[in-house]
Amino acid sequence: MENQEYQKFSLNAVIRYVLLIAVGIILIYPLLWMIGSSFKENMDIFGNFSIFPPSGRVMTSNFSSAWNLTSKHSIWFYFGNTLKFLIPKTFFTVISCTLTAYVIARKKFRGQKFVFTAVIVTLLMPELAFRIPLYTLFTKAGLVNTYASLFIQDIFASSSFFIFMIIQFMRTIPKQLDEAAVIDGCNDLQILTKIIVPVIKPIIITVGLLCFMWGMNDFQGPLIYLTEPDKITLSMALKQLLDGDAQIVYGKIFAASCLALMPMIALFFAGSRYFVDGVANTGGKE
Amino acid sequence: MPYIMLAPWIIGFLIFKLYPIIVSFYYSMLEYPILGEPEFVGLQNYAEILTKDQTFMKSLVATLKYVLIGTPAVVIVAFFVAFILNFKLKGVNFFRTAYYIPSILGGNVAVSILWTMLFSVNGPINIVLGVFGIEPVYWTTDPRFAVFTLIILKTWQFGSTMLIFLSALQGVSKSLYEAASLDGATKIRQLFSVTLPLVTPVVLFNAVNVLVKAFQEFNSAYLITKGGPNKTTYFLNLYIYDSAFKEGNYGYASALTWILLLIIGILTLILFKSSDKWVYYND
Repeated sequence: MENQEYQKFSLNAVIRYVLLIAVGIILIYPLLWMIGSSFKENMDIFGNFSIFPPSGRVMTSNFSSAWNLTSKHSIWFYFGNTLKFLIPKTFFTVISCTLTAYVIARKKFRGQKFVFTAVIVTLLMPELAFRIPLYTLFTKAGLVNTYASLFIQDIFASSSFFIFMIIQFMRTIPKQLDEAAVIDGCNDLQILTKIIVPVIKPIIITVGLLCFMWGMNDFQGPLIYLTEPDKITLSMALKQLLDGDAQIVYGKIFAASCLALMPMIALFFAGSRYFVDGVANTGGKE
Repeated sequence: MPYIMLAPWIIGFLIFKLYPIIVSFYYSMLEYPILGEPEFVGLQNYAEILTKDQTFMKSLVATLKYVLIGTPAVVIVAFFVAFILNFKLKGVNFFRTAYYIPSILGGNVAVSILWTMLFSVNGPINIVLGVFGIEPVYWTTDPRFAVFTLIILKTWQFGSTMLIFLSALQGVSKSLYEAASLDGATKIRQLFSVTLPLVTPVVLFNAVNVLVKAFQEFNSAYLITKGGPNKTTYFLNLYIYDSAFKEGNYGYASALTWILLLIIGILTLILFKSSDKWVYYND
């Protein structure tokens, strides 16, 4: 009897593992194929679904030609361009959104309801709604072709999504912590930096990582605001590579794509234990 | 003190949210001639879009197809995967992390390049289909299939939606399952009578989220299919981009934007209104 039970259990487990692995293969195969193809010659990339390059034709040279992405600059140059707005963007987003979330979640003031409603309404508003007027505004302000055009909003806590995420997290922290700090003579800024921030570290890391990665994936923003060839981001340079000459070396494009995705994957693994939970909680704690 | 700390947000709200919304509505009533100053024309842009603009009709059809097929596809696949990830098995966390990887890559250009190659005529997808005797499909250049190629990409990136489901599933109390199984409910019956009703609020949340984002899809269509073939993937966001930033017609593009916002608003409202019928609220 007991033995039967055990067998039934293990059969179930096998079916479940098979399911998990099957889904995993579908999800991960494209990425492995991309990595494999970055070591292939054109003729070996298409016409088969093998991940590995045939032995004897392993083209590590794809990576060195991908490193010199364009005739003028290396891939590092374009990645550097990307960082020029991503780093300030992430920095300002984390600071301004934490500050704003703190005031909304922990302080009492007149108009609090209105502010919270405004955050929720702008959270629901598609970003598209603001784009054209902001473009004409930034044009007048001389921000076109500057990296500031891509992060200036973030100085002013413009991401309602991140504010909301931090508010949700702060609500789980007992208010007695703040009250005790007031008794100890802390002012608001001290409470925030000394008491709250250490406790909400996971969500701050989550916001920082998501902001960075979404910023890296953003294509339309740089496409609209950066038009000078020496200012374009890595994504735009990749796109131009694909559109470029007739004699496309696909291996080089795959190699460049791998290099472009590497920082994302590295960041993901560095922070995954924080933000897999962070993402889950935005919906779960409704 | 609160107001000082809130100052950045207040400034940001006024300049980057309130001002653009008002100005955008004003723009939508302007005509931008190729030369000379813009001219106020009232609702003429809207009238033109809704009655004369063939491109708008095609673009609307493409967008609706993408959204109305893509949203259920993502929600269903995400739920299914969350369901199997909720199994109590060793190493399940490893799968949870691995499944999320496609989603972090998001709209990255590298992913669009990958998709273009994967679905090219003699790419691996067609080779695999060939094993089952299926003729090669022109995924990105056949008007019947192009939009599905983009929907498959969207579905591949179900990660965030899945994580939100997973967290909801983990919140379903074990005692409910125990009670159900005492009453003789099978696992399948438990899924439909216990699990699904309890997570319907999260289904709604996810559906709205995916829907609103899908309506604004840009990257995949711009990079993989370039809006084609025959405008079957020329989503409204691409049309708006072209008329604003390629043709400089801010008036017309703003009117298009407002029509898109209205459609998003109406569909979201329908989802919320219909939720009385199918969303289960505990309290």
